Amino acid sequence: MMHNETSTSATPTHIEISLVSDQACLLQFSDSISDEVADQISLVTTALQNHQGIIDLIPSYTTLLVVFDAGCFDRFAIQKTLQSVLAKVDWSSAGNRISHEVVIPVYYGPEVGPDLEDVAKHCQLDIEEVIRLHSTTTYRAYAIGFTPGFAFLGNTPEALHVPRKTTPRLKVPLGSVAIAERQTAVYPSVTPGGWQILGRTPTKLVDWTSDSLALIKAGDSVRFKPMSKEEFLAQGGNLDGF
Amino acid sequence: MAFKVLKPGMLTLLQDLGRHGYQHLGVTSGGPMDEVAFLWGNSLLDNDDNAAQLEITFGMLSLEATQPTSIALAGADLGATLNGDSIMPWQTYAVKAGDVLTFQQPKFGLRAYLAVKGGFLAEPVLGSVATVIREQLGGFTGKGDKLQKGDLLPYAPTQQHTPRHLPRLAIPNYDQTEIDVVTGYQYKSFSGLDRAHFFSSAYTLSQNCDRMGYRLDGRPIGKDQPGIISEGIAYGAIQIPSDGQPIILLKDRQTIGGYPKIGCVTSISGSLLAQKKPGDKIGFRYMSVDQAERERHLALARIHQWR
Repeated sequence: MMHNETSTSATPTHIEISLVSDQACLLQFSDSISDEVADQISLVTTALQNHQGIIDLIPSYTTLLVVFDAGCFDRFAIQKTLQSVLAKVDWSSAGNRISHEVVIPVYYGPEVGPDLEDVAKHCQLDIEEVIRLHSTTTYRAYAIGFTPGFAFLGNTPEALHVPRKTTPRLKVPLGSVAIAERQTAVYPSVTPGGWQILGRTPTKLVDWTSDSLALIKAGDSVRFKPMSKEEFLAQGGNLDGF
Repeated sequence: MAFKVLKPGMLTLLQDLGRHGYQHLGVTSGGPMDEVAFLWGNSLLDNDDNAAQLEITFGMLSLEATQPTSIALAGADLGATLNGDSIMPWQTYAVKAGDVLTFQQPKFGLRAYLAVKGGFLAEPVLGSVATVIREQLGGFTGKGDKLQKGDLLPYAPTQQHTPRHLPRLAIPNYDQTEIDVVTGYQYKSFSGLDRAHFFSSAYTLSQNCDRMGYRLDGRPIGKDQPGIISEGIAYGAIQIPSDGQPIILLKDRQTIGGYPKIGCVTSISGSLLAQKKPGDKIGFRYMSVDQAERERHLALARIHQWR
């Protein structure tokens, strides 16, 4: 599904390029997180993809880490190359960027969302309102990391801002949908985790045998769509794990 | 066509030079902890640089060959024997069907590399056979498993064997305790005193050292520095969490993180570090990026020109 972003664009005032090792450079776009900065990072990431001698690109909230082949570039050549790529970027296209929209079905139920009640209490809302707020917001994937395919999605509505759990769970079940501070995420694998769990999706977040590999990529728009317990089970969801 | 695993060892993993091009999806690179030793292993057999080898951490591994091949040992001396006779790292050996190859425990260094002529054969996942247990990727099974008793480790058999060994001067010195650091990232956010302490103190490798990273014990620096906005983590990055004890992020590191970083261990020093054990002491030495570049080129040129 394609989706038109409405955020405004701007030319970045200054992108700082710094060497962090003999094989990596960090591009710093800004000191603070915004959609504008995220758009700029997406543009530059796309421009550098498949560039000869560039091994890996790690976009995040305000930065882009560029891992390069030290056999192709020395410290001067890599900075020169990055500068020339930056000079050619059409910043005006940032605002009308066509972003990929991902819709993730979620069963928000007590068996799979053990923190629903605590979150509702903390936010002074009822559970239905928590679910409504969480599933009517369109999020942006600012960064992927922590584990393969784990997308940091922001921002949750202010009324849903909750702290992380004081004691993280040792095992968060696969597909758990959770929130913490201004962010929300889906756990693509079973890992420890301290976020507040609201529900679970039957959708696979990563599949290394498929062409797309990971469902969510940095820069994507993401929405959650509530589903019933019956639909969840019919789509292969399970209620185990707690 | 294979080695049969009689004893799997503490941690024996199939590795190639790593899984590159997927860090934007949060997939770590993996790869040999001691890349320099790994490259020498393939060079000794005139293999492709990326040919898959076994990374043997600590030892306690025993393999039986079912077909002839030529092998090279590189990296740590783990008290290896071939049919009971001692064999040394940095050399090639001919192996016949029925031969038993054993790695006991560390005598010098921590990780040994076993290369076979043509490399071990396994199906790559995301372009690489590098085993990352945490991500369940790579290895002989494709699911990130370490070696198990009874596993068969396939290779293409050959009678071809060229006895070769490294000149003594080319053998890395694992006794060296100075680790070279390039100061990028948030170096400027650390105070002059913190920087001075960092470069003048001895740090001990803690028990929490694995392929993901080495946690050190020593004089705390930059305590209670605020976190930063999460950003990509380069190989060798030295992050300083709020307790002030440095963590050096290595081959199986997570791809992004929010701790401030005082610098980055160079790729050559990272190889040296991979041979250190919990309890070993190290110190950090400042190195400019151009020096680091030169060191790396020299090391790689030595390996490639020697072939």
